Amino acid sequence: MTRTKLLGAATFGFGLLLAAGSASALTIGFSQVGSEGDWRPAFSKDMKDEAAKRNIDLKYSDAQGKEENQLKAVRSFIAQKVDAIIIAPVVVTGWDAVLKEAKAAKIPVFLADRDVDSDPSLFVTRISADFNLEGRLAGAWLAQASKGKCDVVELQGTVGSAPALQRKKGFESVTALFPDIKIVKSQSGDFTTAGGKEVAESFIKATNGFKGICAVYAHNDNMQLGAIQAMKEAGLKPGKDVLLVSVDGVPDMFRLLAAGEANASVELKSDIGKNIYDVVEAYLKGKTDFPKWVLIPSDLHTQADAAAELAKRGLK
Amino acid sequence: MIPVPPPSEPATKTRRPLPAVVWPLVALAAILVVDGFISPSFFSIRLVEGRLYGSLIDIVYRGTPIALLALGMAIVIGAKGIDLSVGSVVAIAGAVMAHFIHLGFDPAVVVAATLAVGLLCGLWNGFLVAVLSIQPIIATLILMVAGRGIALMINGGRIPTFRSDFFSALSTGRIWVIPSRLFLVALVFLVLWAVLRRTAFGLFVEAVGGNASAARLAGIGTRMVTLATYGISGVCAALAGIIITGDTRSSDAVTAGMWSELDAILAVVLGGASLNGGRIFLATTLVGVLIIQSLTTSILMSGLPPEFNLVVKAVVILAVLLVQAPKVRTAVGSLVAAFRPRRTER
Amino acid sequence: MDVPARPRVVMRGITKTFPGVKALDGVDFTLAPGEIHALLGENGAGKSTLVKVLTGVLAADAGTVELDGVPIRVASPAAAQDLGINTVYQEVNLVPTLSVAENLMLERQSSRFGLISWRKTRERAEAALARLKIHVDVGRSLGSCSLAIQQLVAIARALDRDTRVLVLDEPTASLDAHEVEGLFTVLRDIRARGIAIVFITHFIDQVYAIADRITVLRNGRFAGTGTIAEVPRMRLVTLMLGKQIESHYAERPTTESIDQTGAPVIAATGLGRARWLEPIDLSVRAGEVVGLAGLLGSGRTETAKLLFGAERADKGSLVIDGVPVTLRSPGQAIRMGFGFCPEDRKHEGLILDLSVRENLILALQCRRGWWNRVGQAEQNRIAAEMIAALGIATPDAEKPVGQLSGGNQQKVILARWLAAKPRLLILDEPTRGIDIGAHAEIVGLIRRLCREGLALIVASSELEEIVAFSHRVAVLRDRRKVSEIVGADITQSTIVEAIANS
Repeated sequence: MTRTKLLGAATFGFGLLLAAGSASALTIGFSQVGSEGDWRPAFSKDMKDEAAKRNIDLKYSDAQGKEENQLKAVRSFIAQKVDAIIIAPVVVTGWDAVLKEAKAAKIPVFLADRDVDSDPSLFVTRISADFNLEGRLAGAWLAQASKGKCDVVELQGTVGSAPALQRKKGFESVTALFPDIKIVKSQSGDFTTAGGKEVAESFIKATNGFKGICAVYAHNDNMQLGAIQAMKEAGLKPGKDVLLVSVDGVPDMFRLLAAGEANASVELKSDIGKNIYDVVEAYLKGKTDFPKWVLIPSDLHTQADAAAELAKRGLK
Repeated sequence: MIPVPPPSEPATKTRRPLPAVVWPLVALAAILVVDGFISPSFFSIRLVEGRLYGSLIDIVYRGTPIALLALGMAIVIGAKGIDLSVGSVVAIAGAVMAHFIHLGFDPAVVVAATLAVGLLCGLWNGFLVAVLSIQPIIATLILMVAGRGIALMINGGRIPTFRSDFFSALSTGRIWVIPSRLFLVALVFLVLWAVLRRTAFGLFVEAVGGNASAARLAGIGTRMVTLATYGISGVCAALAGIIITGDTRSSDAVTAGMWSELDAILAVVLGGASLNGGRIFLATTLVGVLIIQSLTTSILMSGLPPEFNLVVKAVVILAVLLVQAPKVRTAVGSLVAAFRPRRTER
Repeated sequence: MDVPARPRVVMRGITKTFPGVKALDGVDFTLAPGEIHALLGENGAGKSTLVKVLTGVLAADAGTVELDGVPIRVASPAAAQDLGINTVYQEVNLVPTLSVAENLMLERQSSRFGLISWRKTRERAEAALARLKIHVDVGRSLGSCSLAIQQLVAIARALDRDTRVLVLDEPTASLDAHEVEGLFTVLRDIRARGIAIVFITHFIDQVYAIADRITVLRNGRFAGTGTIAEVPRMRLVTLMLGKQIESHYAERPTTESIDQTGAPVIAATGLGRARWLEPIDLSVRAGEVVGLAGLLGSGRTETAKLLFGAERADKGSLVIDGVPVTLRSPGQAIRMGFGFCPEDRKHEGLILDLSVRENLILALQCRRGWWNRVGQAEQNRIAAEMIAALGIATPDAEKPVGQLSGGNQQKVILARWLAAKPRLLILDEPTRGIDIGAHAEIVGLIRRLCREGLALIVASSELEEIVAFSHRVAVLRDRRKVSEIVGADITQSTIVEAIANS
């Protein structure tokens, strides 16, 4: 009995100590979009883990995909007088009022991932990856792997969405430099496995079994996974008969890379907490000359490093 | 008093109209002919990896989920209902299926559980319509909206992937050289046909759809009939969910079966049925499915930029529906007749 | 026939022909200011056509209309309203989701002011209702008010203008006795203001409670007119039903077929339903025909539907073959061997898109249940038999029943029930819309079925028919059974007397 009590008291004391220690540490509010898909929960988790590592008191708020929840969360961060606010916006519009409130309260605001259409003076900077760069990386890899001569079929993302537009533009900006690289077929697979599979199937038929096709470029891994299934079912050998390059770096894609059934994937990193906190901390320490967009560099992974990457992530 | 027409009256009319089934078939043939021009190898069918392979096979193969949905929908519409929730039931069924596979259950149990959930969804719709007398569009809209949320919850907000030999074989495998999912559609078609035409159920559904108050006074338990139609639709949607989820080996609650309820309704209408109910056309509904799917496939093959997909689809479907509309047909008929005498003059 | 000194409306020689039917044939109608004038007649007599001519909904083929001595030509309902002729229809044409005030001021708003003043609207609405001594919150949505209030709001709306003639088409059809009294108080008040009221109803008691004069139409012709003192009930009913013709059917049915030994097939005691039918007693034995007689709206159809389970009784008890039963649905009644041919065959009888064959076997199929399908060969045989037996004129059994003529459609419904081989058949107006030849066939069929041991309940407005086949006649008035006539006492005059007596 007494031992338990003692232990409890000790823990309590330790807790006090910690609290005293963190009194000087930063308090940061983070308003996240929600927890849809695979990427975003991983991103949220990294933000929390990294905050714990850096002794940051992170006030995390999940907006469940609704802007009104986000506005509420940001206002409560202002009321709590946090040191900085990080927002991953649900939508582009409607941020002026709350950003002005934050500015009036002298709390700096940082954007993560998506953009807003407010006056740039209302926030410090946006920290995110660049869809265009992802497309350029994929294009550059393909140009090198095909030695500048390749007929490509493209699986686009949802028509009109920002990632689909930019990944297409970036890719084309590189392949345009190589006169013998041509996109011969391009269709939307809506970023889904089922969509990618159906489009790939019809391309396979239309080209008589990918005859003369040297590569498939997919705007995300899920569509590429569908394309790989379609190729297997058509008796083709993905990764050997045709080069496969896509964007995202989901675990299943690493497995396929390791197994030699895909060739390259540009990783959309979820462990970007350190990039974001680096900027926030630097700003709070007095650095002010940030560009309005701090790019997080993207990595391209191939069959060569897939096994190592899997091991690094504790995946098989 | 109105004189009784002599029994020979119809014979005096110029010609018997062509059976309704002709028009969907004509539309389908026209689309396939265009496809033949787009891709010379369109009609070739050969064996690859031991299974039939070719664009025509793709159309039939890809059309199966909508076919399953549309068969159920045809019955619901036959009773003057409509089921907007089938796309969401697809998502729920996929989530339930992935969940049970992850729990390590036997495929038979997984199938039973998934179909049971589909039935439950259908009966819920039927309850709202038949017992609470909510209009079918509103009643099924509830599950259409809520269903994806339910599926997302079952999935835990993720897109669970799984490996299951049974479901891969069912969805993407083959029996002899024929894709196994085609056998599933054939089975469902035969079962529904038997239920409709070998029992009195079909007559009862058509009676309820044609004139509910008369059907009731003729002794039909209209509530039970309505309930049953939605139950069948729910089970069909669950089967479609199994096929869709088994295809990609992942349950995507947000996109699985998205908008498929509209394709299913469209297929039923293309098959010649009226949303006013009263008739069920199972076979032509399948033709309607093939029209929609061959259209999708030909757009994918055509090389048109994806921005045009929906517009092209809309225009072609409008054309098919116009061809089927009696008014347009009469107009075209009289136009043709107007030109005919000139020809004879020459 | 008395003609008021200064009539408000005089209609002379009004004739209107629809394709195949002469709806009005030289009808005269005179309406005095400050009177309530009951316009009476059975179905198809021409009441509503006459009113539609007066209110500009239809244009007459021939005849003249004078309003306060001035010949008028009413081109449209709007023109009629401008002349001060306003109408309240049976199905109140108001918007239930809008407030009382909005309903009252509906059209006047937008046409008179560019902007709507809600305060003024409320005030005007309250004033309009106060004139009728109605006190209701004008801000309430109309749908939440009782039907009586809705009816009064409709009247108030019709009265808000410079009204000279007010036409009320069946205003009391869905009101209870207390509400009817309230309405009458309002009507007397309106009458006192010199407005001429045309009151269409089928409730005879209400006619004598409120009307000053009566005009009767029959089969599109003028049948008679007079003050209520000049037209006693007996004469009124005779005017409505036509002069008592000698029966075509000389013989009365024999009573040999009636099974006097066992329990009645059906015996109702105090069976009723609120706002539907006052409790009635009625029993039928096998081999017996019970006729339901009465004027339009007297409760014939209501009785038939209650006995068939199409409406649920909330009072009284039903004993079938000596066993107490609660009927919950037509399906249950059919499984007990009942059949019912409804009066409104298009809406309640046939499924127009289905074929003759499918319509024919429907009741039999319902008796057998879902799983025991009537086989194709049997269906074809039944269809062929029935088409031959009843002489249904159709090229083949697969023709959609909606394409047949009215008489043949009626035969299809009859055949549907005969195919199901019922023990009790309830027929509601089995000869309506059927030509004279088919009339006799149907009467003959009823007699034959009765001889074969069927129990029958037949509701009809044709007294001649009722007399021809009934062993007993239940006479109904104002949704109440007022008398039962048995055996040799059944004649057209005894029935008319029973209908007329209050």
